[in-house]
Amino acid sequence: MSQQAKPLKILIADDTETDRRILEAIVRREGHEVISVCDGQEAVTAYEREQPDIVLLDALMPRLDGFGAARQIKELAGEELVPIIFLTSLSDTESLVRCLEAGGDDFLSKPYNRVILQAKIKAFNRMREMHQEVQIQRDQIASHNDHLMQEQTVAKQVFDNIAHTGCLDASNVKYLLSPLAVFNGDVIVAAIRPSGSMMVLLGDFTGHGLPAAIGAMPLASSFYGMVQKGFSMVDILREVNQKLKQILPIGVFCCASIVDMNFSKGKIRIWNGGLPDCYLHRSGTGEVEPIRSTHLPLGVLDDSSFKDDCLHFEMEVGDRLYMWSDGIIETRNPKGEMYGEERLQQVFAGNKVPGQVFDDIVNSVHEFAGGERDDDLSLIELTMAEPGQIDGGPRDYSPQRHSGMMEWSMDLELQPSTFRLFDPLPLLLNILVEVPGLRTHSGSLYTILAELYSNALEHGVLGLSSELKHTPEGFAEYYQQRQQRLDTLEEGTVAFSMDHRVLGDGGELILKVTDSGTGFDHQNNIDNPHKRVGYSGRGIPLIRTLCHSLRYIGTGNQVEVVFRWDGDD
Amino acid sequence: MTQSVDTETLAMLKEVMEDDFNNLINTFLDDARQRLPLLREQLAASDYEALRRTAHSLKGSSSNLGAMPLSELCFQVEHRANEHQLSGVEGILQEIDAEFQQVSDILSQF
Repeated sequence: MSQQAKPLKILIADDTETDRRILEAIVRREGHEVISVCDGQEAVTAYEREQPDIVLLDALMPRLDGFGAARQIKELAGEELVPIIFLTSLSDTESLVRCLEAGGDDFLSKPYNRVILQAKIKAFNRMREMHQEVQIQRDQIASHNDHLMQEQTVAKQVFDNIAHTGCLDASNVKYLLSPLAVFNGDVIVAAIRPSGSMMVLLGDFTGHGLPAAIGAMPLASSFYGMVQKGFSMVDILREVNQKLKQILPIGVFCCASIVDMNFSKGKIRIWNGGLPDCYLHRSGTGEVEPIRSTHLPLGVLDDSSFKDDCLHFEMEVGDRLYMWSDGIIETRNPKGEMYGEERLQQVFAGNKVPGQVFDDIVNSVHEFAGGERDDDLSLIELTMAEPGQIDGGPRDYSPQRHSGMMEWSMDLELQPSTFRLFDPLPLLLNILVEVPGLRTHSGSLYTILAELYSNALEHGVLGLSSELKHTPEGFAEYYQQRQQRLDTLEEGTVAFSMDHRVLGDGGELILKVTDSGTGFDHQNNIDNPHKRVGYSGRGIPLIRTLCHSLRYIGTGNQVEVVFRWDGDD
Repeated sequence: MTQSVDTETLAMLKEVMEDDFNNLINTFLDDARQRLPLLREQLAASDYEALRRTAHSLKGSSSNLGAMPLSELCFQVEHRANEHQLSGVEGILQEIDAEFQQVSDILSQF
């Protein structure tokens, strides 16, 4: 036996005994096992029984000829490659074509040449082995792919459980996110804050696949955890940035826009780090204001270099904010051109009905892409609504009403170094919601705390005048002054005093906020029913609707709010 | 003049077939002796397809034994049967008979 390491099983079918015996002798001398039959019918039967590696078929045979036998054998072989070599002295092209059409892979002409036959057997055996190898690898790839898809499905479920607990289904939100967006690195999270405003973050992680998906998990869990507890947008931004900076490898980061939409004030606060311009679409005039990215993406800078300054915009009810990842602008048509910002602007320019802009954009991009679905589109539209219109999704109701903190009081005094760096509201809210009955009122409590704290700090300690806030320019001036005075503040305090008692089936919280300021003429302003509405910027009318009573004490530097809750709430 | 049997082919066969060589020669001769009268019968019956097949088969086996002139004559019969042109086939069959006699003599002595 020559170099052939493994003997092959070779089926020979020929009705001419002389030829068959010569062929048998040649093949056997090569060390192969020979199965020898006299016609096509026997060849098919022998093939099924013996599963030979290579088949040598005479073309013209009684009963079933070589063409018919080849067809049946190829069919039986299925995905397996069984080389069929036709033994023939047929020389006309037409007959050779018939051999090929029947599934023949090659010819061996008579008189048989030993060297040529050896070469063909070797060549076809190599081809057969390669085919087997390819099939094994193909099956491995298929099984790896199945495995990967299964893992992705599980990962997506985990991600959905974390990311989609928010309020993306609220009536003022429209969004488009690929079904496998988590593996494109796109993420949209949205939640209602205790104050009733809506916080939304659109993120686009660099890269694709698992590395891009991994960062989305801590982002979503920090976001939801903190929004629910009443942390401010800036705190959330810093936390997410710091966390991503910690866990993501160099070069992986998250372009993001985050917006806090305040329905009761008709304002938004927005921060854009690395995403394309967000668009603010005015429903009245049809004008579009782009909101540029003025920051680096999340996860790039460490906390001390991170910039958290936000832009403020007023929005009328019906005005819409659009945020998107670069997928839209970078969508390519069959010619390879990018969709680009100009086309996007044209959609807005051509729009007549503001409610259709979202669909117009989606249709325009799909049309541009030539009807092909592009899975990289992430787009969200937020419409300014009347306060109270937005359903924030399920709230966290505690089943055990009386198991928490019931009768308690505490005092907390904040001093200048704390004002500058620390937002006490989440801390205070966290303490208050330890009373199970107050938990369902966390939104109202947050609003009350937030208004009273900002009054005490801004008007009391810092002595800012709310008059400034009447005009948009004054508004900016107000915040500038606020920052300046905070930075240079040397003394001053804001003290919270909280006292909670059981009252009937429910309870009563007495909240006192005292500032070190000089107070104000509350008797002629706040307490005077005729002027109540006019004394702007202090949110007092709003607080009155949320609590049992509110009164200013002394010079006006102390305010007391009584908040009652009923066990039947 | 061409040799009736190519001795190199025969030598190669002898090497490959070893002890089976004589057996192979006898098989060929027996087979051919049966087929030669068949060719005449099929010609007489104008059975083109049968004639073609018999000639085809004999062409193949004679070529395998190195009997190239015989194989060539068989090819002519096969070709004419295929074309349904039987005139002249009778003459070729006579040549085949004569050629086979030569082949047979050579093979028997090899």
